[in-house]
Amino acid sequence: MNKLNVQHAKDMLLYVADQIIAAKPLLTEIDSKIGDGDHGIGMAGGLQKGSEKLLKTEEFTGVYQVFEIVGKAMLMSMGGASGVIFGSLFLAGAKGMEPKAELTAEEFAVMNQKSLAAIQERGKAQVGDKTMVDALSPAIEAMKVNASRGFLPMLVAAENAALAGVEKTKDYVAKFGRAKSLMERAVGHQDAGATSVWIIFKSMREYVETI
Amino acid sequence: MKKIINNAENVVPEMMEGFIRAYSNHYVKHPEVNGVVSKKKRKDKVALVIGGGSGHEPIFAGFVGAGLADAAACGNVFASPDPNTIYETAQMVHQGKGVLFVYGNYAGDNLNFDMGEEFLNEVDIKTAHVRVWDDVASAPLERIEDRRGIAGDVFVVKIAGAACDAGLDLDAVVKVTEKARDNTLSVGLATSPGQIPGAEKPTFELGADEIEFGMGLHGEPGVERTTMKTADEMTETMMNMLLAEMDLKQDDEVCVLVNGLGATTILEMSIVYRKISQILEEIGVKVHDADINSYCTCMEMGGFSISLLKLDAELKAYYNAPCYCPFYAKEKR
Repeated sequence: MNKLNVQHAKDMLLYVADQIIAAKPLLTEIDSKIGDGDHGIGMAGGLQKGSEKLLKTEEFTGVYQVFEIVGKAMLMSMGGASGVIFGSLFLAGAKGMEPKAELTAEEFAVMNQKSLAAIQERGKAQVGDKTMVDALSPAIEAMKVNASRGFLPMLVAAENAALAGVEKTKDYVAKFGRAKSLMERAVGHQDAGATSVWIIFKSMREYVETI
Repeated sequence: MKKIINNAENVVPEMMEGFIRAYSNHYVKHPEVNGVVSKKKRKDKVALVIGGGSGHEPIFAGFVGAGLADAAACGNVFASPDPNTIYETAQMVHQGKGVLFVYGNYAGDNLNFDMGEEFLNEVDIKTAHVRVWDDVASAPLERIEDRRGIAGDVFVVKIAGAACDAGLDLDAVVKVTEKARDNTLSVGLATSPGQIPGAEKPTFELGADEIEFGMGLHGEPGVERTTMKTADEMTETMMNMLLAEMDLKQDDEVCVLVNGLGATTILEMSIVYRKISQILEEIGVKVHDADINSYCTCMEMGGFSISLLKLDAELKAYYNAPCYCPFYAKEKR
């Protein structure tokens, strides 16, 4: 796959949603250790809404709109910090873009980069704060570096970087959310949001591999 | 843990349905989102919208009424409402004088309410917010903006509601509400955990003979875990934490709230209040008003919090204004 068209984007996000929904028990278990335990429920519910919206939409203005629809559905239904943060992951980079029938790997990387910037501006999280940014930031960096190699190599690199980021969250003390008050008691546990980021990139790679 | 529910996934919509039906003389629900709106509209004033996660009832949903909030935007259990719920709820009650949001200072609430405000600003509705951060045990004073909001919400909503009803403009209600927030301190104590419907485990574990000072309203860890103590000993420790920070002198006036977290009885909390009043009497501080009730709860969590609102002439005037909702009412004084 050299370019991501509307059908690809739609099928890819439907696949991502299915994978997150399937990971609900895992995410719940991870989040229960140091959070409220509702991350998996929230993510699965948000992406369920996103899928429904995608399936109901018959005409898309372009690829960006596919991401916008999912992001907006998550943002408008989930609540909690994850609703805004993960909604922005799909929405922020796509919003306000000139409609395009297909995206190059570079354009897809830029879109994700814009989303990361928006997430960090809103949530104020830096790498090392034990949040989803610990997986997202290295994944986006890997995309930037590997975009010229095409979609699959780029997403393989992003997935690996995200997973390495998830591993690192085990070493961190949390700066946000419920885990913050645990201080050093949160060390040793991975962040649920970072885990979701990894699942999202892994699923995108799996989808692209089939094309 | 036994929960009187039908299905864990439906607790919020089913709760909302029953709640609105029971109090249909008083509240209406927003037709699309989980917004609780006062049936009796008050005119020509800043709209006060409060909100937060469900599971803390009667706050936030119940604190809608005269002299209180115009509406409450409610999220899922322990999760902030989404920006659309906030936007739609505020849209239903604003009257062209702006909207003031009052909510507890939590990451999810801050993110979602900020975004809700942006949506409202895009359609030229003026907004402002006051985040309640009364829990002294949740962060040191130097990082006051990291502190969580707990039962102090009640005092801040009471004052904000009175200031809005008095017809002040948005800037002025923000000023008064911030003063109320800055003059309110709370500290909690847990004796047993609550459990989120559908969750396999309680929000925390506490030994049969253990208590934890400073534990938060969602079971966030507190500052000290000890063995069980007498009501007087608990109260003394908690009052010391509050008085270390609240500058109270002879003849100062305060309002006191002893707030149950869900499972603690008025009988027990009255014994706590007895000690609070003795401590305040010893330092010559007058209690203008006191309240013993369970307003900010965490399911069936055991324990209570103590909140103090230090009054000045301005805050006292707004505190003395009448207010009414099915869960909280004050006569005009």
